[in-house]
Amino acid sequence: MKKQDIIKSFKDSLLTGLIALALFGPIVGLRTASKGEGLFITPQWGIVFLLVGLCILGRFLININSARRTEFKIFSTLSSKFSSITEDKAKHFAITGILFAVVFPFLPFTDRYFMDVAIMILTYIMLGWGLNIVVGLAGLLDLGYVAFYAVGAYSYALIATTFGWSFWICLPLAGLFAAFFGILLGFPVLRLRGDYLAIVTLGFGEIIRIILINWYEVTNGPDGITGIPRPSFFGLPFKRSPDEGEMSFHTFFGLEYSTMHRIIFLYYLILVLALITNYFTLKIRKLPVGRAWEALREDEIACKSLGVNPTNTKLTAFAIGAMFGGFAGSFFATRQAFISPESFTFIESAIIVAIVVLGGMGSQTGVVLASIFLIGITEIFRDLEQYRMIAFGGAMVLIMVFKPKGILANRKPTILMHGDKK
Amino acid sequence: MEYFLQQLVNGITLGSIYGLIAIGYTMVYGIIGMINFAHGDIFMIGAFVALISFIIFGLTGVALPIILLLVLLIAMLFTACYGWTVEKLAYKPLRGSFRLAPLISALGMSIVLQNYVQVSQGARVKPMQPLFSGGLEFFKNSEFIVTVSYLQIFIVVLTIILMGIFTYLITKTDLGRAQRACEQDRTMTALLGINVDRTISITFIIGSSLASVAGMMFVLYYGVIDFYIGFLAGIKAFTAAVLGGIGSLPGAMLGGLLIGLIETFWAGYVSLEYKDVAAFSVLIVVLIFFPTGFLGKPDIEKV
Repeated sequence: MKKQDIIKSFKDSLLTGLIALALFGPIVGLRTASKGEGLFITPQWGIVFLLVGLCILGRFLININSARRTEFKIFSTLSSKFSSITEDKAKHFAITGILFAVVFPFLPFTDRYFMDVAIMILTYIMLGWGLNIVVGLAGLLDLGYVAFYAVGAYSYALIATTFGWSFWICLPLAGLFAAFFGILLGFPVLRLRGDYLAIVTLGFGEIIRIILINWYEVTNGPDGITGIPRPSFFGLPFKRSPDEGEMSFHTFFGLEYSTMHRIIFLYYLILVLALITNYFTLKIRKLPVGRAWEALREDEIACKSLGVNPTNTKLTAFAIGAMFGGFAGSFFATRQAFISPESFTFIESAIIVAIVVLGGMGSQTGVVLASIFLIGITEIFRDLEQYRMIAFGGAMVLIMVFKPKGILANRKPTILMHGDKK
Repeated sequence: MEYFLQQLVNGITLGSIYGLIAIGYTMVYGIIGMINFAHGDIFMIGAFVALISFIIFGLTGVALPIILLLVLLIAMLFTACYGWTVEKLAYKPLRGSFRLAPLISALGMSIVLQNYVQVSQGARVKPMQPLFSGGLEFFKNSEFIVTVSYLQIFIVVLTIILMGIFTYLITKTDLGRAQRACEQDRTMTALLGINVDRTISITFIIGSSLASVAGMMFVLYYGVIDFYIGFLAGIKAFTAAVLGGIGSLPGAMLGGLLIGLIETFWAGYVSLEYKDVAAFSVLIVVLIFFPTGFLGKPDIEKV
């Protein structure tokens, strides 16, 4: 490398440092704090200089690196290798993945914490798969998916606490309710396209949340609903001491009582629900309606001229996607035994959309990888509570910048006219 | 009647703030066709920069108009840096990739900015002592006195001035011409020797500066901010941009004003709890009848 290059990149880094100073100076450097009456400023210049220094150094290294033109080569070859491996072995990957998921609760290192994280990841996988029908297959950007999740959770909670019906009756009912809301939202927005649809669905999600907060008589407002019944194992509750004349899970099977039983059961429950969603999606892709979704995503006008009814097709996508969201919501309610509107904020919708897009739109395996990756990141940063969301958002930006089509960019149509052209 | 007038005044003030934020959304949408989800958080950062500078200048004891001018300039400068950086880091590498990629990147950026401010400034709400006091009172002999505070006058006048400068910038200068050219056809504009990247950067800078002014007004008007204000203000401003017809600049101003009025009247006459529902419901209803908003260009589909 020439000397001029180094001087140039050095100047460039200094400029970066100047901008970094402007960025971090006021916000990080001058921390406002309340003291008695009014606000006062506590300077924190140390951190600012550290950050600015890091920016200068980072920029300088990148500059030198890019002068050698190897900057992201390693990264891109790695990632393309990775995606080609997973593409080829998608089927193997899926089978190993499912097998691993089945034996996971009995692995020696699996403890309560791992199980909780796994259940959370599976919930997001299920939501991702549900939303994939709407976003990935039908190509309708839905930024208010959490609304259906909330409708499912609340209808489950309300039915279960009011009528005392069992989980297995409430679950389909909650799914139906959510599907109904999907259709309700679908009707007015079908004529909208692209970003208009996005903002209307976002608004719908917010409307549902605000209603949940304010409709005190039914939803108990911000306090939420407590005491939601836990699911039972085909009628056998997971209780330490069952009521008189009633069997509990551990007494029936003659096991030592353990809270892990319920957690393992919940784990399998969400695993089965998620796999049903996946199976359903894979099957419906091959049915006329699934084909119509994908065709509609690619070209709406061509679809219309071929006699596909866009209204009904979009409505089914909305309804089915919403239904799976509702199932996931019921599961969430029964797992937590407590729900409040706080669990259904926009950020949840954003996370689910991010999972679908980061995974590679329409790719089922991609959803799994993206869920594991994103939820994993927040778990790794768990100890640094404040920084975990920064890491989360940063990961979203980075994945998009380096792999704009998602981790697994799989948008191959399920059917081709003249066979596979490759 | 008096109550109605009072609500009208409040609504116009609120609408000015939304309108200024909405311009940033609509400009970015017009030029690169993406929803800049981080724009609401840029507004929030503007509010924080304004708050910090108000505190600093508050200690020096300079006269109020000078403070206001200085804070305005400082907030615009620093917030523009944020807008510029966000564009360079998160959106520029994604230009030309598929439609949802910049959207997700923007969502990520929004999460980053929100939590970054939460970490560096703390999660508590930040109250500020009011700088303005007093106002004009009308209908003094009726039951309900309509008050137009000096602050409201300041906000509305400042908005009108900025909108005037901005409209001049877009319609009369070379920069505005370049920008409108980029909106229509970026490749062709580049062929004609216009630096497209720079034009887009300037779009972000202008949008962020206007958002920071809105942030400053927000601090003055409500007196309380936290790191989360960007979200709700952002989606309402975006709703305003869509309502007016996204991509249309007069549409953004009109939409902002409408959202402000709808919200205030709904809160005043129907119910305070559901005021946020009102804005979104109106949006849904309007879009059913005007699928591209009030002043949006009709969406022509090419086969």
